[in-house]
This record gives sequence, structure tokens and C-alpha cells, in this order.
Amino acid sequence: MKHGTSTNIKHIMKIPGLVQNAAGRWVPLKVNGKTQVPFQGIGKFMPDGKKHGVNIPTCANYPSDGNKQVSTLKEALIKAGLKDGITISTHHHFRNGDLLSNQIFDIAKELNVKDLVWFPSASFPCHEHLIQYLEDGTIHHIEGSMNGPLGRFASEGKMKGTGVLRSHGGRYQAIQDGEVQIDIAVIGAACTDPFGNANGLNGSSATGLLGFALADSQFADKVIIVTDNMVPFPCLPWQIQGNFVDYTVEIEKLGDPEKIISGTTRITKSPDRLYMAELTAKFCEAAGIIKEGFSFQSGAGGTSLAVGEYFKEIMKKKGIKARFARGGSNKYLVSMLQEGLIDYLLDGQTFDLEGVRSMSENPNHVWTSPFTSYNYHSKGNFAGMVDVVILGATEIDINFNANVVTHSDGYLLHGIGGWQNCLFSKTVILPVPLFRDRIPVIVDEVTTLCGPGELIDVVVTERGIAINPQRQDLIEAVKGSGLPLKTIGELKEIAEKICGKPEKALFEDQIIAIIKWVDGTILDTVKKVKEKING
Amino acid sequence: MEDLPKSIVTGNSAPRIRSDCKITFELTSKEGILIDLHSKVGSMYGASIRELLMGELEFFGIRNAKIVIEDSGALPFVISARLEVAIKSLIRTEKEFLPVMLDENLYQSSRNRFRFSRLYLPGNTPNLMLNAGIHQPNGVILDLEDSVAPDKKEEARYLVRNALRQVDFMGVERMVRINQLPAGLDDLKFVIPHNIHILLVPKCEGPEQIGELEDEINKLEPGREVFLMPIIESALGVEKAFDIAVSSRNIVAMAIGLEDYTADIGVRRTHQGTESLYARTRLVNACKAAGIQPIDSVFSDVGDQEGLRKAVMNSKSLGFEGMGCIHPRQIRIIHKGYSPSDEEIENARKIVYAYKKATEQGLGVVSLGTKMIDPPVVKRAQKIIELAVDMNILRENWLEELMETK
Repeated sequence: MKHGTSTNIKHIMKIPGLVQNAAGRWVPLKVNGKTQVPFQGIGKFMPDGKKHGVNIPTCANYPSDGNKQVSTLKEALIKAGLKDGITISTHHHFRNGDLLSNQIFDIAKELNVKDLVWFPSASFPCHEHLIQYLEDGTIHHIEGSMNGPLGRFASEGKMKGTGVLRSHGGRYQAIQDGEVQIDIAVIGAACTDPFGNANGLNGSSATGLLGFALADSQFADKVIIVTDNMVPFPCLPWQIQGNFVDYTVEIEKLGDPEKIISGTTRITKSPDRLYMAELTAKFCEAAGIIKEGFSFQSGAGGTSLAVGEYFKEIMKKKGIKARFARGGSNKYLVSMLQEGLIDYLLDGQTFDLEGVRSMSENPNHVWTSPFTSYNYHSKGNFAGMVDVVILGATEIDINFNANVVTHSDGYLLHGIGGWQNCLFSKTVILPVPLFRDRIPVIVDEVTTLCGPGELIDVVVTERGIAINPQRQDLIEAVKGSGLPLKTIGELKEIAEKICGKPEKALFEDQIIAIIKWVDGTILDTVKKVKEKING
Repeated sequence: MEDLPKSIVTGNSAPRIRSDCKITFELTSKEGILIDLHSKVGSMYGASIRELLMGELEFFGIRNAKIVIEDSGALPFVISARLEVAIKSLIRTEKEFLPVMLDENLYQSSRNRFRFSRLYLPGNTPNLMLNAGIHQPNGVILDLEDSVAPDKKEEARYLVRNALRQVDFMGVERMVRINQLPAGLDDLKFVIPHNIHILLVPKCEGPEQIGELEDEINKLEPGREVFLMPIIESALGVEKAFDIAVSSRNIVAMAIGLEDYTADIGVRRTHQGTESLYARTRLVNACKAAGIQPIDSVFSDVGDQEGLRKAVMNSKSLGFEGMGCIHPRQIRIIHKGYSPSDEEIENARKIVYAYKKATEQGLGVVSLGTKMIDPPVVKRAQKIIELAVDMNILRENWLEELMETK
């Protein structure tokens, strides 16, 4: 981070190269050669400075007929200046059905390009293909969520550089602030015209919106739009404006439609999870959160979806309408929009075809971006306006701190997504099972700190609900409701009584990734996992 | 005595299996104890798993053995059950390696508690047991019979025993379905000493079986009274229903099992249930005559909630007072169906109130508006009120409250 002022800049340096941040975590001051600011507390660090200035080319350098199409992705990458050490960004709209990202690095390998930085908005198990390029030096490191196999690879200390994990809002901020300078943005779009106007709505690889690619289109040095559905100018609506675009390419297939539609958008059938979802909804009802004109956001996980369905029942019963829902749109939210239970659906990413259809047809189903929803370094964002948000976590500790990126065994397995940004909602509820296959979810101290406890209000488990003592208003509101209230400490005791007290994961000193807070400071690190003989 | 094998495999391990473990156990003659641990939770519980295994081996006096354990997050009571059955397949011993009995599991049941729902839990599937209590069926049934594969029967006994001690079932009635007699007699020592409330006796065909069963229970724990719920699942059982129902004062309920019954009479089981109407009404009648609860068969299509709702309404109208469930999602529908409706309660309140008034005024005839109320109608209303009070739908002193306001 280049700029910024803070109220607390005293750091104790006990471990060489590391300082203890305001959350008590030891973090480095330099990562991948770039200077870093340690986390200073929520709302304490004030990022400043001006927006990153990209070169402004002139239209004289572009075809006068507006046709920027080249014949292959390889040609586009070469023309865009593919070379050693540059940063290439991609987007996760195709989720686990992404066929594009892997191809980019296949081409880089073929051209013997080295030390690239991959800057995806998220990665998925399908990107396991890239491990070979992390091993042979084609890719130096990844800045973005590392899910599944990539996370495991990084946790074993095998990545050359250090991973940088950011929230969706943090990613926008890092690009806008010039903290990450994208050399080539490769944006897959379901529909494009040769000029580069693009959307995610029309075509066989439809993904709904392209919000995650917005910052990249605005701030990358070169922008390539790749599609499998090239239409004559104009491609409408233009979610990405062709005026930002350098090259367009048509390839045979962008994504695997079955895998684009994430398997997560189905309501859980697990009776235990349904029970938690119902308890969450009952809590919201008892706390008076579900009221005329309220707003909510719930994720696309099976439990969160079920919460939405229970909300729906309560709203119908009471004759209540929500002003807006934020999502992850899916068929369940779409049906609420259609039934008039919500006025507007503010969509951050579309999870199923019903969402895509609704977005094209219903003007009240609106596409958003990390800029509008989440960007902290800005004149405001939507996240704080939401009355209640339902999120997940891999671990929560007795101070309500939560982890979403590592498991208790220390392995990096998930990304942050919009999770950190959503913590600014008025009430944050995390429904989590007390344990998963003997792994306690409520612990003494989270393995990796992703969200400070002061922003987390309620933890709902199948064996009781814990309210953050800082939220006396909520504690007061649900008094006498008959809900199974416990302290977070009691929940932890129950988990340990059932599962036993877990040994802590062991780590080596090597930092394999850092966790950024929404303001760009370093909240925590992830270290290389030390193998135990018992494993 | 037959020779015992030298090695054995117990438990389960497969990609979709969770909270269980598979143990390959071999007795050796030297080199001490070798443990090869492959665990999903090894980095968190590796040391404690080893400690558990070593302690158990020492308890049984085993000094040389090879153990391979493939663990998908089994809780300690599961691991120790898997090892114990492995050990007992290779050596002869009467000792039992019992996990601690949770204080939470020491509660008692009572004869007349309502038994709308009882949730079947396959006796060899640990992960379904762990959270069963949170769904608050009236009872859980740890099943040793049909839901356990024949070659897993012995394993299931140890697992069920340990579950009865270690899983907090959160106040619901604790039941075990033993195997069909006489094999079921061998199940008893695994369940009777562990605070079991009700034994379900499958394929019951006569009062002598109940006698045999109670003799065996008495041998195990003289004087111990365990409630019984015979399950009638054959034509002969139906014919003997009343004799069975009155064969022991420990019988608190009797259930019908329609899958086996329809097979026995050679017809297909249908949603309408015409083919079993005789058997069901006969069972209800036998139970009512004996003063016990008649309990209906399970509704086997978990996905068909509407079908279940109808089945419960039909069942209630025949006189049944409860039904088995095979999935937690059935519980709520069953509870709602068998419990008195608001309308029924309101009506019953009026009748009981009118009855009270009439008695106070020394009137021989009770009337509500222009309608005469016969004594049996009052009796039925009182039953509904009792149930509503038991279920906390109605306050115990509702009548006094009503008298005061009027």
C-alpha cells in the first residue's frame, strides 16, 4: 500500500520482519517485495491517495471501424504484451466450469513465459490444472482466493511467491488504488461484439452479470474480451463497455454450463442444517429484524438458501415485504421477487439459469459490482445498508472472531469472497454446525483471522444460539422468546465435550499467504502446514 | 470351541461415509502394538486416538497387535466400539470396555408419555445418531434389526451400547429395536444395563415371546422393569394382538409393521391402505381394550410430505396415537397431525366447562347450547384436554382461569 494514514503506528517488532497488528496477529511489513500496512483496528486506517492512473491510449491507435477482433487467444495475449513477470487477471463468473483461465497459462507455458502473477477474483477446483505451472515457474504466485487443490498446494509451501487473499471489495480497492497493477485483464463474457461491449446474459455460457470484471476493465493496462458468442455491434446491454477494451476473441467454448451453475444453489436436505436455518429465521423474527421494508442478504450455501425460504414463510405469514435482497441471485430469491415479497434484487453474482433469465427480463433484478456493493475506499457502499446478512465460517472463536479460509488443520481451502465486506451489515449472523465430522467449529482461537469478532453479532448452531455480548440490544430483543440461547463459551464447551479438545495445527515459519482486511491492511497470515506424524 | 480367526475388519470406510472408522485388526506374537492411523482429523486428534486405542488394548491385556485404522472423524465412542468388537472376534473375554455414561442420559421415562413420533436410527450408522436429539422426536429407536446388514449385527450391538451411554439424546425416550426373537435375546445384555426406556419387539406373534423376553431381562437385571412395545408384523400376530397386549404390565404401546404384514398376507402395500385396514383397526381395538397406545407403521416416502400429512390424518381417525419416522423431516408433520387441533381443543374446553358447570349445579344432564352432551363425549373431551395440557398447549389451570373470567 502506497498511501494511508493511521491513528496507531506503534509496532513492536519481536519476530524479525513481523509486527503485531491491532488484532494481535504477527504480520510481515513486506510481501512479494511490496510494503504493507498492518491492520490497525476497524475504521482506524484511512486509505487515501488518488485512483490508479492507467495510460490513456487514443482511438487513432485502434481500428477505425471498431473491429478489435483477433483470431486467437494466443494472438491477443501476444499483442497485449504477454511477457515474464506481468500480472494477468481473470474472473470467476464461470466458477468450476471455467475453461478460459487454464488456456491462458497453457499459452504462456507454450511461449516459455515465466513468473506471472495470476490475479483471479476467485479460483475453483477446475484450476488444479495450473499447479503444474506453479511448479515449473510459469506462475510465480496467485493473488486471489485459493480454493481446494490450489490452497492445499500453497499450504504445503510449494508456491514461489506469497498468496494474497482479499475480499471482493478489497480486490476492487487494490486495483483502484494501484496496489495491484493489472497488465492484462482477460474477461470471459457470454456475449460480445467485435468492439468489446460485453455482457454475461446472452449465450450458452451465460453467467448473468460481469461485476467482478468491472475494476479490471477500468484499470488494467490491456483488456481482452473472450467470448463464444460474438454478435455484431452493438452488444446490449453492455455491462462492460467496449471503450475500455483492446482486443476481442471468439473461441469455441468458454465454460462448461453444467459446472457454471454451481452445485451450491440447492437448498440443503440435511435435517440438521435445515434446523439451523429455521432457528436463524426464528431468531430474526424474534429480534424484530423481519419487518416491513427490511433488507437481507444470504449466501448461496445450502443452509443460507434455506434461511431465505424460512424468511419467505415468515414474510408471507406476516404480510411483510422486503425493500431489497442482496445476493448471489438464485431461483429462490427470484421467486420471492416475482411474488412481490421483495421490491428489488441487487445481484452480485448469478448462481443459476433462473437468475440469468430474471436479470434479463425483470428491471427490478439489478446487476451490481464490488464497487457499488463492497468497496471500502470509496464514498460508501451498499453492504452497510443491509439489515441482516447470513454467512458461513469454518471456525468461530470465543471472541466471535471468524475464519473462512483455512480449516482447523491449517490448510487453506476457501476464499474470502464478499464475506468480509458483508460484515458491515447491521446484523451479521453465522449459522454453523457445532462440529463437522469431529472437527469443532467453535474454538478457543481461530486458526486464521478473517473477520474481527466485533463485527459478528450472532452464531447459530444446532445446539444453541450465542449472541455477541456487545449486542445488548439483540440480547434484550429476544428475551423470553424461548430460543435456545447460550454463551459462545458454553457452545465451545459442548463441542469439546462431544469431540474432545483438538490439538492445534502446527505450522512452520514460512508465510504462504496473507489475509487482507477491507481497507488494504494485513489482518493475518497463513503459514505452511507442518506435517504431523499422526496424520 | 471353534478356533477364532487371527485377523478381522470392523466398521466402515468409504468416500461418502462420515463420522465412522474402519479397523483392520490382527493379533501378532511379538513387536508390541503397531498402529497405522489414517485419519481425516489426524492433525487434531491423532494423539488422542492412539491413546484411546492403546488404553483399550491394555484393558483387554493385548500386548502384540497390528491395527490399521481408516477414520473419517469418528467420535471416541465409535472408535472404541469398532475396536472392541474386533478384539472380541479374536479373543474370548467377558470384559466390557464401557465409555462413560453421560449424566444427561440418566433420565427416566413414564408409562403414559405421548409417543406420536419415534425416529428410527440404523444401529450401525453413527453419524445419524449424533444429532437425532435436536429434532426432538418423542423417542429415538436405535435399531438392531432390519436396518443393520446381517454381517454387521455384532458391530451394531457395541455401537448401540456405546451410543446409549455417550450420545445426548436430549430428553427423548430411549428405545432399541432388538432382533426378532430368539436372536433378539442376545441383544439384551448390550442394551438393558444402559438406561433403555423401551424395547421394541419385532415380528411378535404371541404372549409367550413376551414372557421369554422378560425372563431374560430378569436374569440380566432382576427386578428391572423395561417398557415394551411389541410390533405386530404378521397375520398370526394380528390374530394374537389382544393376548400380546395384555401379556405384561410393562407393555405400554403396540405398533404395526405394514411392510412385513402385507408381505405375509401376500399383497402389495398401497398408499390407501385398504389391504391393511382390518389389521390396523384390529390392532387399535386390541390396544384400546388393553389400555395401551396403538402406534402406526412408518410412512416410507420421505419426499412426499403431503402424502405423510394425509396418512397421519387417516391414522389418527382410526385411533392410532403415533407413528414411526425414518427421517427427521417427518417429525413435525406427525406431531402436528396427532396432537389435538386448535378447533378440537376449543370444542373440548367448551364441553368440559359445561360439564363442570352442570355438575356444580347438580344437573344430571349436560348441554351445550341446544345440544345434549352424552357422558362419552365428555370423556373424549377430557382426553383431548389432558393431551393438550401434557403438550403445554393448554395451561394446567385453564379451567380455573376460565371460571374466573366467566
